[in-house]
Amino acid sequence: MTTPRTSPLAVRMHDISKSFGPVRANRNASLEVAVGEIHALVGENGAGKSTLMRILGGLLNADSGIMDVNGRDVTGWSTPDAIAAGVGVVHQHFMLVPTLTVAENLVLGKEPTRGGQFDNRRAIADVKRLGEETGLVIDGTRLISDLSVGEAQRVEILKTLYRGAKILVLDEPTAVLSPPEVKDLAQVLRRVRDGGGTVIIITHRLDEVMDLSENITVMRAGETVARFRTRDTNPAEIAQAMVGRHVRLTTREFAIVTETTPSLQRSAESHTAAADALIVRDLVVASSRKPHEVDTVSFTIHPGEIFGIAGVEGNGQTELIEAIAGLRHATTGYVGIGNRDVTAASPRERADLGLSHIPEDRQRRGLILDYSIADNLILGMQHRFTRRGALDAHAITEYARAQIAAFDIRPPDPLLPARALSGGNQQKVVVAREMGGGRDYSVLLASQPTRGVDVGAIEFIHSQLIAAREAGKAILLVSAELNEVLSLSDRVAVMTGGRFVVVMPAADATEELLGEYMTGARAAA
Amino acid sequence: MNSFEIITQILRIAAPYLFAAAGGVIAERSGIISLTLEGYMLGGAFAAVVGTFYTGSPTIGVLCGIGGGMVLALIHAISCIRYRADQVIVGIAINLFAIGITRFFLKLLFGSSSNSPRVAGFASGYANPLLWLGLLATPVVAFLLFRTTFGLRVRATGEKPEAAASVGVSVHRVQYTAVVLSGALAALGGVYLALDQHQFTDQMTAGRGFIAVAAVIFGRWSPLRAGAACLLFAAAETAQIHLQGNHVVASQFIEMIPYVLTIVALAGVVGRAIAPSALGRAET
Repeated sequence: MTTPRTSPLAVRMHDISKSFGPVRANRNASLEVAVGEIHALVGENGAGKSTLMRILGGLLNADSGIMDVNGRDVTGWSTPDAIAAGVGVVHQHFMLVPTLTVAENLVLGKEPTRGGQFDNRRAIADVKRLGEETGLVIDGTRLISDLSVGEAQRVEILKTLYRGAKILVLDEPTAVLSPPEVKDLAQVLRRVRDGGGTVIIITHRLDEVMDLSENITVMRAGETVARFRTRDTNPAEIAQAMVGRHVRLTTREFAIVTETTPSLQRSAESHTAAADALIVRDLVVASSRKPHEVDTVSFTIHPGEIFGIAGVEGNGQTELIEAIAGLRHATTGYVGIGNRDVTAASPRERADLGLSHIPEDRQRRGLILDYSIADNLILGMQHRFTRRGALDAHAITEYARAQIAAFDIRPPDPLLPARALSGGNQQKVVVAREMGGGRDYSVLLASQPTRGVDVGAIEFIHSQLIAAREAGKAILLVSAELNEVLSLSDRVAVMTGGRFVVVMPAADATEELLGEYMTGARAAA
Repeated sequence: MNSFEIITQILRIAAPYLFAAAGGVIAERSGIISLTLEGYMLGGAFAAVVGTFYTGSPTIGVLCGIGGGMVLALIHAISCIRYRADQVIVGIAINLFAIGITRFFLKLLFGSSSNSPRVAGFASGYANPLLWLGLLATPVVAFLLFRTTFGLRVRATGEKPEAAASVGVSVHRVQYTAVVLSGALAALGGVYLALDQHQFTDQMTAGRGFIAVAAVIFGRWSPLRAGAACLLFAAAETAQIHLQGNHVVASQFIEMIPYVLTIVALAGVVGRAIAPSALGRAET
């Protein structure tokens, strides 16, 4: 548990405990980070990493425990204290005001003034100066709402540097980035480190941990369970510490799946014979931002096929899925389930025709957080659980118990509100509802099915998707995780600017190739 | 009536709206719903008359009016910010409270249930300094919002309070300041009415605060556009006064104009009306 160290400690957190009501987010957690290192903080969802970092950043106060920054006891400090001491937190959900400019966001709370007025010109100049110093170049006059996710993240990092951050904390910074953006970020973080800064990075991705960090702290269930020196460990060892048991894992997190995937050639051949389960023709879908968010997209999916869509988020994937699910009106084009035209059908009619949908945002669209697990499990099927016109509580609970067992939802209490579950278990509730025994479906829309979910749950959800494919379901998979799309799909498409720039068999695709299509480095074939 | 007189009349009608709408913009941009403008105006009008009555000085009356609006605004702010009460419900309560308390003190101090005795006031028309202050309210609030540090913080707070808090901005302090300032501004609208008529009458604001709320929404939370909306509504009212009697258009239709325009604006006909994202959301 101890790491030999040569440099003084930038951060020492000892015996930190923090509870939210009955939930113990941190239990005697500890963290030691040396000055001038990149330190990875890893753990499953709900392991308490973000809580620990929020305590470090002064956004939360620990119930007990002590915390030193640069040798000074700072236990219980506030956000302004933390900022003043050079601790800068880049949150998982960006803390940027979308209606303000880059420059205004940069200086908010520490604004330059001239003659009592806000000095916008100097704020813009500061963006430029910091950009030149760090390589994070961005135009200070642009509105945050016009930025890509990667650009917004640059602004977040610039914000911390503007406040003189020497200790940079990043909460899952790569979850939202495309592969080239991840590379850029890694470079920036190395530059910060080489300039004498300290970086603490929370991430799920073990390849990044191995690539970037000098030391690793692993958390599980609120506790610090292991510390490694990166060059003395390997992903399998880290993963085992994260989940507390052996996980089948090779160099890539998602290689789990390839082992169990039957040969792609087989599926490619057998599919040509079957009739299409989902047909999308010349589909155009508008969003509030633009009329051609989905711009004339056509594809079909056979029974027993997984069709994957890769692409940086915000390129029309959300609107495409919503139009197929019936949640968003299609401007023109055709959507068919089997031989039935459902272009104008309601979500309920589509569900009755065999459409299942795992929405990308489980908290917003997938669940009603204040409803119990049992009630969430029958959403959309509630009419099948009635007796004499009223909901049949007994039948609902019985059904829920069966699904909870089949999908290993923890804790296994049907009456617990969905809000009380971890992200991974919330997602299992959605998956159980859409793929579980009560659902007779032929087409599954799986949108970001493993987003923000821990390794164990990813493994489980992937095996469910493969089982469904083997059972003859047609699956449309949209994921920001390239290796997930690659390892699960039979065919993949890359979506950019509302169009498919390429569709190819997954067997012919590599992450690098898809990355080139995503960024436009390679044009449509 | 020549066009100069018509313009004068429009400005006189617009002044209370301009005060209240300027206050509404600043409070709503900080994330606090301003249904309370009507109550602030009424409270301000009454406090101004009381102050003027006992001192004989309309200037002291103005200060009392401002104070009255600020007290009501503070009650509103404490309920919404500290106790995180529902802002719409608190807003309605403040308006009813303003009606009740002014009526109560009207009876207690002046022994009347309808109106106060006549008090001193300002000269009418362009000689009234409050008219000029009213015309200044819009540009002053625009300056405050877009050219000062406080304004930047107000806009950040109303849009994404967690982002403001994450960089050490005290969201609560910003909101308290904005709401109390809006109370002072809206109260001046009521003060203008009372001192223009040299007395307080029961419920004398007669829905003008709600017209100001409509102007804020129709102006899409921009001080300049809200000010323009106030002038537009005042022009419609002026037209109504002049059309009265000739039965070309029923006056009820003219009176509907502010509300119809607001609904039209909210329906997205004149560009999309996008409220500050965190408007009405109780924050920690």
